[in-house]
Amino acid sequence: MEYVVITFLCLGILLYFLLGGADFGAGIIELFTSANNRSKTRKTMYQAIGPVWEANHMWLIIAIVILFVGFPHIYTTMSVYLHIPLLIMLIGIIARGTAFVFRHYDAIKDDMHWIYNRIFRYSSFITPLFLGIIAGSLISGHIDTNAKDFSSAYIYSWLNWFSISVGLFTVALCGFLAAIYLIGETSEAYDKRRFIKKAEYMNIAAVVFGAMVFIAAQLDNIPLTDWVFKNPVGLSAIILASISLILLWYLLIKGKTQVLRILAGFQVTMILLAISYAHFPNFIRLKNGDAISLFEAIGPEKTIYSLGMALLLGSILILPFLGYLFYKFQKKEE
Amino acid sequence: MDDFLAARSQMALSLGFHIIFSCIGMVMPFFMAVSHYKWLKTNDEGYKNLTKAWSKGVAIFFATGAVSGTMLSFELGLLWPKFMEHAGPIFGMPFSLEGTAFFIEAIALGFFLYGWNKLNKWFHWFTGMVVGVSGLASGILVVAANAWMNAPTGFDFVNGKYLNIDPIQAMLNKAWFSQALHMCLAAFTATGFAVAGVHALMILRNQNKDFHLKAFKIAAVFACIGALLQPLSGDISAKDVAKRQPAKLAAMEALYKTEKPAPLLIGGIVNEKDKTVKGAIKIPGALSFLAHGDFKAEVKGLDQIHANEQPPVAITHYAFQIMVGIGTLLMFISLIYFFNLIRKKPLLEKRWLLKLFVLAIPLGYLALEAGWVVTEVGRQPWIIYGIMRTKDAVTPMPGIAYSFYIFSAIYFSLSIIVTFLLYRQIKMVPVLYNDKSIVKH
Ligand code: HDD
Ligand code: HEM
Ligand code: HEM
Repeated sequence: MEYVVITFLCLGILLYFLLGGADFGAGIIELFTSANNRSKTRKTMYQAIGPVWEANHMWLIIAIVILFVGFPHIYTTMSVYLHIPLLIMLIGIIARGTAFVFRHYDAIKDDMHWIYNRIFRYSSFITPLFLGIIAGSLISGHIDTNAKDFSSAYIYSWLNWFSISVGLFTVALCGFLAAIYLIGETSEAYDKRRFIKKAEYMNIAAVVFGAMVFIAAQLDNIPLTDWVFKNPVGLSAIILASISLILLWYLLIKGKTQVLRILAGFQVTMILLAISYAHFPNFIRLKNGDAISLFEAIGPEKTIYSLGMALLLGSILILPFLGYLFYKFQKKEE
Repeated sequence: MDDFLAARSQMALSLGFHIIFSCIGMVMPFFMAVSHYKWLKTNDEGYKNLTKAWSKGVAIFFATGAVSGTMLSFELGLLWPKFMEHAGPIFGMPFSLEGTAFFIEAIALGFFLYGWNKLNKWFHWFTGMVVGVSGLASGILVVAANAWMNAPTGFDFVNGKYLNIDPIQAMLNKAWFSQALHMCLAAFTATGFAVAGVHALMILRNQNKDFHLKAFKIAAVFACIGALLQPLSGDISAKDVAKRQPAKLAAMEALYKTEKPAPLLIGGIVNEKDKTVKGAIKIPGALSFLAHGDFKAEVKGLDQIHANEQPPVAITHYAFQIMVGIGTLLMFISLIYFFNLIRKKPLLEKRWLLKLFVLAIPLGYLALEAGWVVTEVGRQPWIIYGIMRTKDAVTPMPGIAYSFYIFSAIYFSLSIIVTFLLYRQIKMVPVLYNDKSIVKH
């Protein structure tokens, strides 16, 4: 059963990254869209993510519930030492979710929209930034459970170049995912070209920030290159990701949207795999060199058993329904 | 503000905020389902417009409920890490099932809100029902988790260690049924009166009477049935508390001395220093009856509870009085309303009755918040009753006061915006729904 639970945890994180990430990305795209195209982008985006954002958001809840039920020690360590970035991320989630809905359901269109739009765009940027910072901090080895003073316990645990680079990298990936997703959601050739352009920019940004992650890791003595290049799985994942990148550029020109989406998702999955496989099942790396592993931090047997059962049962109920939702509200390809 | 107090206040604020939105999310889908059903059956466009108008409100509330709930699932760890470290695996079962319920709810909501003209009409109606049922299920589950904090079971507590954990038994603890029942009724009562009241106000102002009357009738029936059952369920809760948490009962009733038989106090000002209550009306023996079903039974007072295990008396007592007072008032309003229905008196002529409903707009929610204060403050100083103290659970991180200020500001502005949006929705009703033409989404 522990494998079931861990699988669901990884799946939850991955899916939140892909689906929730695309949601965030849509806001990032809007942020970087010139003023005269914004309202069109907004409309396409609303049709694309309106029906599904609530469901996408659930993957985060699933992951966090699995963490606090099944891996309480990991959940509490994160909560204590990454309190501040978690808080900022939460504020981002609150601001973004509400602004998105408010601006759609406000019965009167006036200056309030100026505010909703601002809040939506900036929180779409900040939330994945901090999500990335949190993810980076978990593996960066800056969390110091023996810290004596405030800054080393609660600030430097996350405020370092590596974590920030991972945060920026995450933002770029989200934007990239969203751009690819949106290409298939519009039927106008002009808009399609616009989103393709965006996808290209985001891709370039991802490559730049990706490089920054490696450089920061090097400076910070984080064995990231070893994880990725000295591990067979990490290496193959990164090779697959690169191949899919080339394919992706090719398809982008051809305009095959459905395949594009799958490929983009695949690519991001591979990147995550490459980064995380080598130190799996370690979830948090600590400053003193220790690590908290999923298998060691796992909760008591009976809890894991019932958690696993709940997840399995839940997915039988949920997956068909969810699939139908995506199917029903997707723009059909010509 | 000291950090411990700030953490407690922040928790209370977030929960108190979330509960309003989640109640609306639990209850409104049923109102909509009734109206939707009437439309499908009678083809009266008015019901279709009503369903749509409500569903827009619900979308606003739902999103606010979802984000504030997300906040909570992190906050439990951010504020109470030592509690979650031990309690997570024990009371986590309802949360994992709740995850499923939320998911189904979110998916069904997607179908419902965006499915107009896209889905088979009965399937569309069904998705609306699914939203309601799964919302209710998640409410029951999360209350079961809270009930565990009041009546912890499903583990052995040996030398500070939590052994032999059984999450199913923990979920089906002694308090879950009475609390979940009372909570569900409260959700219907509070939301029902709020919605009915708003529409009553519009009727009184002679705006779109037809539209608002339809809405009022649906909401009022749910509200009044809830309000009539509420005292009965409250009585079950009180008997339960008397057995399970005598300290909480004593604080609710400000019963400083053990008495046999014990009187029920109505009103009164508590003096925590002198341990006295001034100016209360005493009904002899009534408390003995309420707590134990026997006018002569002994009721444990705070004198039998160790000084460092006593909850704050004044807050608990006042909150309880507010809840019961409002409960009684709402019960009378409901009786009058049903009396009117049976006698087939036209409602529009009874302007005073409509005015009563307008008065009741905030009351249900006030009672609901007060009830939670009773439950949660009455449990203090324990976070897990009899097992772990709240102050031992709080996060070691200093400066929680700042996060409390930030969140107060956020929740405050969100409340303002939501109210403002709702006001605008209602203001636009004449424009959007006045004519009989079909309104495009
Ligand atoms: C519309 C809201 C509402 C109304 C009218 C009432 N209640 Fe209530 N009450 C709640 C809403 C509520 C609540 C917010 O839902 C609580 C908090 C925790 C819970 O389970 O329900 C609660 C808790 C609660 C408790 C504590 C339960 C516990 O700690 O386990 C008792 C003893 C009562 N109630 C009793 C009553 C009585 C005797 C009422 C008579 C009129 C009453 N309530 C009306
Ligand atoms: C939504 C309705 C609820 C409201 C309005 C509410 C209200 C409160 C209040 C007023 C406090 C502060 C008590 C004090 O410290 O004096 C509190 C504390 C707390 N509540 Fe609730 N509560 C609600 C439901 C829940 C649920 C469902 C859970 C958990 C499953 C929960 C968990 C907690 C925890 C962990 C604390 C902090 C520890 C403590 O003070 O005992 N609450 N809540
Ligand atoms: C008595 C207390 C509570 C009740 C009755 C309740 C009920 C609900 C309901 C019905 C929803 C659906 C969303 C909506 O309709 O707006 C919801 C949302 C949510 N609640 Fe609560 N809740 C309570 C307390 C809590 C607590 C203590 C937590 C966290 C530990 C929590 C976590 C969540 C989460 C994560 C969501 C978002 C789900 C989504 O995205 O749809 N709730 N709650």
